[in-house]
Amino acid sequence: MKKAVVTVVGKDTVGIIAKVCTYLANNQINILDISQTIVGGYFNMMMIVDMDRSEKPFKDTTHELEQIGGEIGVVINCQSEDIFNMMHRI
Amino acid sequence: MINISEVIETNEMIARENLDVRTITLGISLLDCISPDPEVLKKNIFNKITETAKDLKSVGAEIELEYGIPIVNKRISVTPMALVGAAAAKSEDDFVELAKVMDEAAKAVGVNLIGGYSALVSKGMTKADEMLIRSIPKALTSTDRVCSSVNTGSTRCGINMDAVSLLGQVIKDTAKADELHDSMACMKLVVFCNAPDDNPFMAGAFHGVTEADAVINVGVSGPGVVKTALEAVRGESFEVLCETIKKTAFKVTRVGQLVAREASKRLGIPFGIVDLSLAPTPAVGDSVADILCEIGLEHPGAPGTTAALALLNDQVKKGGVMASSYVGGLSGAFIPVSEDRGMIEAVKAGALTIEKLEAMTCVCSVGLDMIAVPGDTTAASISGIIADEMAIGMVNQKTTAVRLIPAVGKKVGDTVEFGGLFGYAPIMPVNPFSCEAFVSRKGRIPAPIHSFKN
Repeated sequence: MKKAVVTVVGKDTVGIIAKVCTYLANNQINILDISQTIVGGYFNMMMIVDMDRSEKPFKDTTHELEQIGGEIGVVINCQSEDIFNMMHRI
Repeated sequence: MINISEVIETNEMIARENLDVRTITLGISLLDCISPDPEVLKKNIFNKITETAKDLKSVGAEIELEYGIPIVNKRISVTPMALVGAAAAKSEDDFVELAKVMDEAAKAVGVNLIGGYSALVSKGMTKADEMLIRSIPKALTSTDRVCSSVNTGSTRCGINMDAVSLLGQVIKDTAKADELHDSMACMKLVVFCNAPDDNPFMAGAFHGVTEADAVINVGVSGPGVVKTALEAVRGESFEVLCETIKKTAFKVTRVGQLVAREASKRLGIPFGIVDLSLAPTPAVGDSVADILCEIGLEHPGAPGTTAALALLNDQVKKGGVMASSYVGGLSGAFIPVSEDRGMIEAVKAGALTIEKLEAMTCVCSVGLDMIAVPGDTTAASISGIIADEMAIGMVNQKTTAVRLIPAVGKKVGDTVEFGGLFGYAPIMPVNPFSCEAFVSRKGRIPAPIHSFKN
């Protein structure tokens, strides 16, 4: 399974999760886990997603998520899960 | 499964603490390019480099995007040119032509530096070695991206004092040849003792003769990450301090290992090593000096600096070693002056001298690095500084190096500006007493007694 981590950081506002989830659904990206927290007054959301069924190249998904983030005033990153596994799991 | 606090920790390291992969360096053997015909040799070199490295830049960018980790530099190191060019080059100018080919190849594949305009002369110099060394001033000033290094000593062989003496003059000549640019060309020349074959960091990278046809070496960095981690344990015991550095070094190195493995897979080129280094840049929060201050020094150079650096260097290695399947290169904390804001501040405050830096090089990963000295420093004094540093490396069985910039027309109190990642450097005073009679002796310093291990 090709897993990625989508993070959203920014000021909390109505509809952030809805926007991101709609994009993911439209691109056949399945959400496996979702959690959120507030750090230093900022909204932090993380999703672990399965990209196996997505037909877009990884870089296109990353760019499009970045654009959506720009539209709603938050920073959205999409990274391969491997970097987190490498760093935090032996 | 990964949790949100781990994700936030990693992304904070990247976004705020300057965690990055400093370089993916592709080592390329040019031994199969050798030809006695200079034109054939040049064509072979250009073709081999551009063919092997054609995807380096794009693969680097791909990995950067996919993992969200900046890869600051993509670079190339090649077999020491003194070996590759020996059969064809009959003059210093012939070697300069080879440097130009390296430069063209680097530009063609879009890498910012190419290392390997080098000679390995720890015991003696061949005619080709000597011609290459003498050609360095011209080679470095007639190219943009070529880096040069000379290995003048080793624990096994001793120190080639003829080469050390020659290099004092070569460094002066390089400074003179580039006086219009604050003698910046000297930044691209490193003099080594015990030079590693697999160092990914410039300017000292070359692809050693013990290496395979092509290999991927990766240098990680992250002084800011270590500094931030240490802020949380202020006033704690040495045990806690050391554990914190180790854990942080482990995390940083794991990223390097991941990038190295991916780059190797995507380029179809074997993975060599990860170099576990704390390599600073002049950016705020990317400083090894700041770590030393966080450990408890007012400025690097204060009493206790050597001990603090020894501790740091050792914990970085201990933490990093388990994070990667192969560790090599220089591995440890770098202490360049111009590339580290905290070091520059220490020099300006009068806390840090060349002599103290020399002591620090006994316990750090390399040596006297990126130090600007007065333009009127004599060639003999530069050779003397090199000899001291080579002796430290030889006796302590470690890599040491010298990268000095005797900036023409500058004196103590002035500053030289290198720009970008190279930073700027206040001119540091050099001991004014002469070592002329010492460095002008001919021959070599024999290998130390503990080199006879067979």
